[in-house]
Amino acid sequence: MEAYELTGAQASEKLRRKEISSRELTKAILNRLKSVEPQIEAYLTISEDLAMKQAEEADIRLTSGMDITPFTGIPIAIKDIICTRDIPTTCASQILKNFLPPYDATVIERLRHAGAVFIGKTNMDEFAMGSSTENSAFKITRNPWDKERIPGGSSGGSAAAIAADAAIVALGSDTGGSIRAPASYCSVVGLKPTYGRVSRYGLIAYGSSLDQIGPITKDVMDCALLMNTIAGYDPRDSTSVNSPVPDYSCACGRDVKGLRIGVPKEYFLEGIDPEVENLIRAAIAQMESLGAIPVEISLPHTEYAIPCYYICAMAEASSNLARYDGAHYGYRARGTDNIIDMYSRTRADGFGIEVKGRIMLGTYVLSAGYYDAYYLKALKVRTLIKRDFEKAWEKVDLIATPVAPTPAFRIGEKTTDPITMYLSDIYTISLNLAGMCGISIPCGFTSAGLPVGLQLIADIFKEDTLLTAAYAYEQSTEHHKRKPPL
Amino acid sequence: MSKERITYDDVRHVALLSRLRLTDEEITSYAQVLNSILDYFAKLNELDTTNVPPTSHSIKIQNVFREDAVMPSLPVEAALANAPDTQDNCFRVPKIIQEI
Repeated sequence: MEAYELTGAQASEKLRRKEISSRELTKAILNRLKSVEPQIEAYLTISEDLAMKQAEEADIRLTSGMDITPFTGIPIAIKDIICTRDIPTTCASQILKNFLPPYDATVIERLRHAGAVFIGKTNMDEFAMGSSTENSAFKITRNPWDKERIPGGSSGGSAAAIAADAAIVALGSDTGGSIRAPASYCSVVGLKPTYGRVSRYGLIAYGSSLDQIGPITKDVMDCALLMNTIAGYDPRDSTSVNSPVPDYSCACGRDVKGLRIGVPKEYFLEGIDPEVENLIRAAIAQMESLGAIPVEISLPHTEYAIPCYYICAMAEASSNLARYDGAHYGYRARGTDNIIDMYSRTRADGFGIEVKGRIMLGTYVLSAGYYDAYYLKALKVRTLIKRDFEKAWEKVDLIATPVAPTPAFRIGEKTTDPITMYLSDIYTISLNLAGMCGISIPCGFTSAGLPVGLQLIADIFKEDTLLTAAYAYEQSTEHHKRKPPL
Repeated sequence: MSKERITYDDVRHVALLSRLRLTDEEITSYAQVLNSILDYFAKLNELDTTNVPPTSHSIKIQNVFREDAVMPSLPVEAALANAPDTQDNCFRVPKIIQEI
């Protein structure tokens, strides 16, 4: 096995045993990256010098045998929406093209403290608005399993990097499915934590009541270990919840006997690719053979989740993106003679088409005369969606669903009509509205060799239940060991 | 909410509110796209939400306070480091107040 193929847990073990140094591991990742990047283009910034410096520091720590964490010396890729001090952070937008954050996000502080090695910042849909990474202002990222296809979005770069072994672990962010969908399309593991589980301090905001940072990894154990490091209360994030963080790695290996798994009938109606449906149902049957109990349930407001989500997300985005005005940082349009002109030209030049569209719709649904009809209505529907889940938790411990209605689609296939793209979020979106946690794990491949992910959903702060079931299923299959043809 | 159409003037107004300078062609093109999305949003009308309270926060947290004590904040040089234009430790921008 090549060093770049190691999981985080395997690499950490080898580092502790001094079978490999962090410098060697980091070099192996950087070489792998150089060989696959021309094909997949997962990264926007590669921080090679910093990575080697961090690897050297990690090696000192590893040699001393003191203060070693599971991520000491481990190369990590970071979605370019998370602030990293002095490393360009662009949100894949022209408006932040040369932005160097003067501070680290809380999750980044924790990872620096743990001794992780930062390989670089990964590509994404501009300001996290998209489901395919095609909305990046800078480049298209290609799915390592089929380079004519999208890796999913908006954390497409991180998922592609993990699938291609161009990083050992990665961070993404999820507002409507942006960790889970790329994980599904790229055959890797992606977890969206409960809202408030992981600090949003330093996460550039898209939809503040929906956003969460989460792990994208090669297997469930790495996901659990990364959650241990990034989860937890942060007084700098007023939406952060002061609830203790269990050792999530202990959840891996627990029994699933008697775990009731809800299968929502609304998630298997029209629009789902038959091969995807078969793989999901097979995965559920597999879990049954491990002792879990499938139970049919209903989430009756599922078909309203997409319009509800987009109204809420666009409204919040219109407010969050008002700060990009050319005054304090980022791009500024030149040759304007008054402030309004400067704002309007800066934002028109700096934002892409989808971002401008969402800002305008968000502004419209919040404006006088339309607020009640759209935004307030959506907030009420949000309550109904949340209640669907609360009723379900009375009957089941977990919910199993597809992640996406199809495997990865072709680049350019869904870009002519925004609604076609929005509809691909149907299975992931409700969780963000309800604040629940969810994970996508590989559950097989279509006849064309394209990955399909299984989504498991759990109630708030029940990531351990999620990881128990995900780990049990993963370990009873070989899907997570398969590598793309690169 | 009725299936009203968002007109060219509506888009121009919204673009003004959101400080986006658009060309005439862009306004026309956005009007079409935004219309079809708003038509799709109208689907929420199928639901009766009388007596349903709105949810702004998915997790119940309220009134998160901290002590009103001075804490270190970002140093001035760091705050100005990404500024497109500065003068005397301030951000410098085009004229805000017009002469009458």
